[in-house]
Amino acid sequence: MPEKKLMTGNEAVALAAFHSGALFASAYPGTPSTEILESFSRFDGVYAEWAPNEKVALEAAVGASIGGVRSLAAMKHVGLNVAADPWFTLPYIGVSGGLVVVNADDPGMHSSQNEQDNRYYAKAAKVPMLEPADSQEAYELTREAYRMSERHDTPVMLRLTTRVCHSRGLVETSEPETHARVPYEKDEVKRVMIPGHARLRHPVMVERLAELEELSNDFPWQREERGAGDAVVVTSGVAYQYVKEAFPGVSILKLAMTNPLPRRLITEFCEQYKDVYVVEELEPYLEETVASLGLYPKGKEWVPRVGELNVDNVRQSFPELAASTGVEAPVHLAHVEGLPPRPPILCAGCPHRGIMYALARQKAIIAGDIGCYTLSVLPPLSAHDCQVCMGASITMGHGLEKALEMEEGESEADSKGSHRVVSVLGDSTFFHSGVTGLMEMAYNRGRYTVVILDNRTTAMTGFQDHPGTGVTLQREETSSVNIEMLARAIGIENVRVVDPYDLDECRKVLDEEMKRDAPSVVISRRACVLRVKDKDRTAYAVSREECNDCGLCMRLACPALVKRDGEVMILEDACTGCGVCAQVCKREAIKV
Amino acid sequence: MVSKDMNKKAIEGEATRSVVLAGVGGQGTILAANLLASALVEHGYDVKTSEVHGMAQRGGSVISMVRFGSAVASPLVPYGEAEALVATELLETLRNLEFLAPGGRVIASRTRVDPLPVLQGAVEYPADAEERISSIAPESIIVDAAAIAAEAGDARAANTVLLGILSPMLPVGEDEWLAAIESLVKAKAVEANRKAFLAGRRLAEESA
Repeated sequence: MPEKKLMTGNEAVALAAFHSGALFASAYPGTPSTEILESFSRFDGVYAEWAPNEKVALEAAVGASIGGVRSLAAMKHVGLNVAADPWFTLPYIGVSGGLVVVNADDPGMHSSQNEQDNRYYAKAAKVPMLEPADSQEAYELTREAYRMSERHDTPVMLRLTTRVCHSRGLVETSEPETHARVPYEKDEVKRVMIPGHARLRHPVMVERLAELEELSNDFPWQREERGAGDAVVVTSGVAYQYVKEAFPGVSILKLAMTNPLPRRLITEFCEQYKDVYVVEELEPYLEETVASLGLYPKGKEWVPRVGELNVDNVRQSFPELAASTGVEAPVHLAHVEGLPPRPPILCAGCPHRGIMYALARQKAIIAGDIGCYTLSVLPPLSAHDCQVCMGASITMGHGLEKALEMEEGESEADSKGSHRVVSVLGDSTFFHSGVTGLMEMAYNRGRYTVVILDNRTTAMTGFQDHPGTGVTLQREETSSVNIEMLARAIGIENVRVVDPYDLDECRKVLDEEMKRDAPSVVISRRACVLRVKDKDRTAYAVSREECNDCGLCMRLACPALVKRDGEVMILEDACTGCGVCAQVCKREAIKV
Repeated sequence: MVSKDMNKKAIEGEATRSVVLAGVGGQGTILAANLLASALVEHGYDVKTSEVHGMAQRGGSVISMVRFGSAVASPLVPYGEAEALVATELLETLRNLEFLAPGGRVIASRTRVDPLPVLQGAVEYPADAEERISSIAPESIIVDAAAIAAEAGDARAANTVLLGILSPMLPVGEDEWLAAIESLVKAKAVEANRKAFLAGRRLAEESA
């Protein structure tokens, strides 16, 4: 028997794709899916890449599939929104080499702006969906997904959630296979979706869905666990694990293929019980189908629809079921009330701090974006006014400026003639979906300022390379986008570069560009402080003679600056020597 | 060394046990959880862990969970089921006490990392954190783990000192622990982590 190994769900998916003979993988990093590509990229003989965004990643994987190679695209839940365009037409085309699309939802929003339930994407696009409940199943179902993809000529969604992606469990692998590349053959009726062809393909999809439902009814991973009592719980994914512990010994129908749902199986199994319960995270996806079968399930009226599930809240949802098992909830210590919260913050020496501080002092209306810099929304920096999704800073800023102009007449500028709207986004986010926004600003005569925080990496997700770093995921040297030249080519004449550690320069350039009656781009360029190898910068200290504890420097929200017993001081070990606080101080009390 | 297969026989039917590890982003909580998990696997247990990546790591509260037994279901520890809470920071210890089973043990470092509202002087860091921990969980061992680790050669191995203190509570042999350290810690830090682990282990054995 092969040795079992401890791995995360993400590592298990990557290994299973490799063992299935997949040779092509593309993704844009996004928590909780990021490590799938990082793991896959290390296997021998594979090709793996960071794409500029999820739409690009999925389309590249579609191309690789047409080219006959087993392929993988991975993304977080909101990434599939970006990739939704190819997602809905891809099942019309089908596959040549097997294609698995890994989608990682984030219930509880550990690192996301929403907690949408992407199971509806599988249903809406008529794509079969497999939902593993732990690392072992993540491995097995990825292997099965490749077989299913080719057998049924369809992409397959592997739907993970944070607690599957980032939980470790023992995985027993099976015999690796090599996948013989399917020779390329031209087939434009199947692959060119003009209306005439698409009308031929849609009925094929509907037929395929019926076939897949038969498969789902007999899918070996749909698990019927017969236990004691006259109740049954229908569940899937990690929620199954919570049900197992909350209601030990109860009958369970644990579904692993959740689109199409196995209606015959559900009916036949559940009809044997008096009470039917459904336990699932987020939306009543399973419940809607179970209810449509006339089984009157108890579900979201009792089970939380918001946030993550766990053993405790599953148990509390159905106390009668818990009582029927005779196992009592453990007694636990009371929650200690009144503790100071510990929100995530910008690191000491973070290059975003200086420029975000300068912007907040300019009284700009800041249309922000997705990245570490969003943390500057928290007081005392309070340097964000709106944020919705990747790349939206530039485009929201555009609409915002136009609307303010309508309200205020000729220009939305303040009394000093300064345009108030500033859009802020990071380098990786700019490449992801900011470039089209910049064209919107240039083409449609925007007059606001875009600040690109170029820290030379994708920091929030763990320092992935991107089209601006000159290195690929597999560590090959490559070209890098010149943001200045790109902005000029788009039609922005005013492009400036500042060092965010130089606060005076930041203030001066922001002031000039915000006053300018033309669109402008300010690139705030300095590498992420966590990526700087040369750590021999000298720490700053507060001179007690000059300092009057006014607290101005504290508005920077730097974790190296503390106020203890009313006195401001710098934690020597934490200070990286960026010097931004020394420039904020009006009494020159902060020195090397 | 007892063979893994023999251990597995002994483990059969064993109920799931849990340890919660807590700290501040950047303190190495995930590595500590991996060391513990790896040692338990080495011993023959079924193991599941859970951790948080992304936003939560930027200096925020971090929590990792490790569960082991003959067959573990949930990767998350229910409230009141952890036999030990291993924490690298006092405030984070207080924050996570509700995971402890009655009589469960706190193994914490006497380390204070001020969160932003405290740095800003907006709220007070609980000055009596250590006393509160000990009064709520009398089975507490609170040590200056960073100092002990520094003596072993690397202050950053504070987590490993705490694992050393935890180790006599678990049916995992010293050799299995050391194997886990060797396989997971970067080569140049192995020696310091070995020493840090053994220093913690001796400390726990002496105070037992």
